[in-house]
Amino acid sequence: MPETAEVRERLEALYREESGRVLATLIRLLGDFDLAEDAVHDAFAAALERWPRDGIPDNPRAWLVSAGRFKAIDTLRRRAQFDAAQEHLADELEGRMESANPDGGVEDDHLRLIFTCCHPALSPEARVALTLREVCGLTTEEIARAFLVSPPALAQRIVRAKARIRDERIPYQVPSSDELPGRLGTVLQVVYLVFNEGYSASSGDSLTRPDLSAEAIRLGRVLVALLPDPEVLGLLALMLLQESRRAARTSPDGELVTLENQDRSLWDRALIAEGLALVDRAMRLGAFGPYTLQAAVAAEHARTLEASETNWPRIVTLYTELLRFTPSPVVELNRAVAVAMADGPVEGLALVDQLLERGELRDYHLLHATRADFLRRLGCRDEARLAYDEALRLTQQEPERRFLEKRLRELKAEKFKKIFAALSKSRPAIRSALETRTTQTGDIE
Amino acid sequence: MKYICLGYIAEGKFESMPEAERNAAIDACFTYDDELRAKGHFAGGHGLQGPRTAATLRWENDGVVVTDGPYAETKEQLGGILILEARDLNHAIQIMSKHPGVKMGPFEIRPAADLDGMIRESEERRA
Repeated sequence: MPETAEVRERLEALYREESGRVLATLIRLLGDFDLAEDAVHDAFAAALERWPRDGIPDNPRAWLVSAGRFKAIDTLRRRAQFDAAQEHLADELEGRMESANPDGGVEDDHLRLIFTCCHPALSPEARVALTLREVCGLTTEEIARAFLVSPPALAQRIVRAKARIRDERIPYQVPSSDELPGRLGTVLQVVYLVFNEGYSASSGDSLTRPDLSAEAIRLGRVLVALLPDPEVLGLLALMLLQESRRAARTSPDGELVTLENQDRSLWDRALIAEGLALVDRAMRLGAFGPYTLQAAVAAEHARTLEASETNWPRIVTLYTELLRFTPSPVVELNRAVAVAMADGPVEGLALVDQLLERGELRDYHLLHATRADFLRRLGCRDEARLAYDEALRLTQQEPERRFLEKRLRELKAEKFKKIFAALSKSRPAIRSALETRTTQTGDIE
Repeated sequence: MKYICLGYIAEGKFESMPEAERNAAIDACFTYDDELRAKGHFAGGHGLQGPRTAATLRWENDGVVVTDGPYAETKEQLGGILILEARDLNHAIQIMSKHPGVKMGPFEIRPAADLDGMIRESEERRA
């Protein structure tokens, strides 16, 4: 018979690796998020009690699913003592389970759970929160900390989302092929948001926050295994290529190192190789979209061993292509940065000024910060100062404010030695804030 | 993670319930508490006697002042506390939402604070 310690260790590993899948299957079988969550907990508790006596079963996941559903029926029967409606529910559930195949389509269950958590009827914030909790298994408190929201506020968001799923009878299923493209979009968006949050939250604070990037990559891998659509491949590629630079992005004293100044020998070659292969695969499949294009931009950097050898004209082309898919002024701003690198700050400034004239990004502090940087590189100190003032006026975030104030002080003291990058040498927290605000995590860095 | 659930109840509400209803409510609460115990969620707790039995200590003008009654004079009084073991705040909310006691008065759910660091620092100061 196995030792209790051995069982406990095995169960801990199973909890980490399989509880998401067990939960996904139980939600399908029980038709209720909360009941299923309780059932998962009960199933693991039962395993801890039974396995040291009976041995570890051959198929632990099937055992846990089976235990979970019987525990759920028990729970309903117990409650039926005080609430007659529960009795009916328990009967119905028992009937339903006899016909359902508990172990069939486990991978589908996981995918179902992802699609339900990312349902378009839920707000984008709710989708992210629900996915992280139900699919990735993070706690409410961890998610709240990562998104700088109070735990009760986040808890409410989750409670409301679940109520919505129940009340609107949002089906627990993978959408049909004609619905799939639209629905896949919201799933990829959630993964992308989670990754961005983690990507910018990295650095010194990562110990006190969940590693959201890792969760996003894990989700990305699950999606690629289940649904190898070009954009799914593209998104995973994008995340792996961005992630490959993690070690090089901060200096030992915690300062952020810009792309140009990174020690490229610190880049994770294994992640790069995997990411590049995925980009190629996505491109070959055709019918790719914005994630693959962003991955292609990241791939250009990943392939280049010296910053000075960066193929900026190619990156400009990719951004031009990206604009066809997502005609957003923020993408245009990113393109302007690439143009400035390819053709010089005069060309970059012309594009930014056009954007400013159109007015869409007039109140976007990053536009003014970028403009300030171009002006500074051109030696127009007074105009640069005005642009920094404007960026400062518009920023809502205290860390950004501190960063811009520092820039302005330096400019006033005319102590600028470096020509490039308004965004260089910024503190990690500020970089985080800046990156979160852009939709591209590409080469503004 | 431990959560302290503070159960509030309007003064006199319990006493004013018809006996059969009161008994049913009590039985439902204790049955649910047993369920929580069986599942390892119940980490402790106690009902409290009525607010009239309370004494409140307060520091005033360099001395302790004792007054009758509970600290906060509101309609709803602390009726009992339950220490809950739950995965996270949503799990705690989920468990307590099904507690029959919530039908009688509101629950306030507060995560237990980890004072280990504070205690350690204090011990260092006092050493």
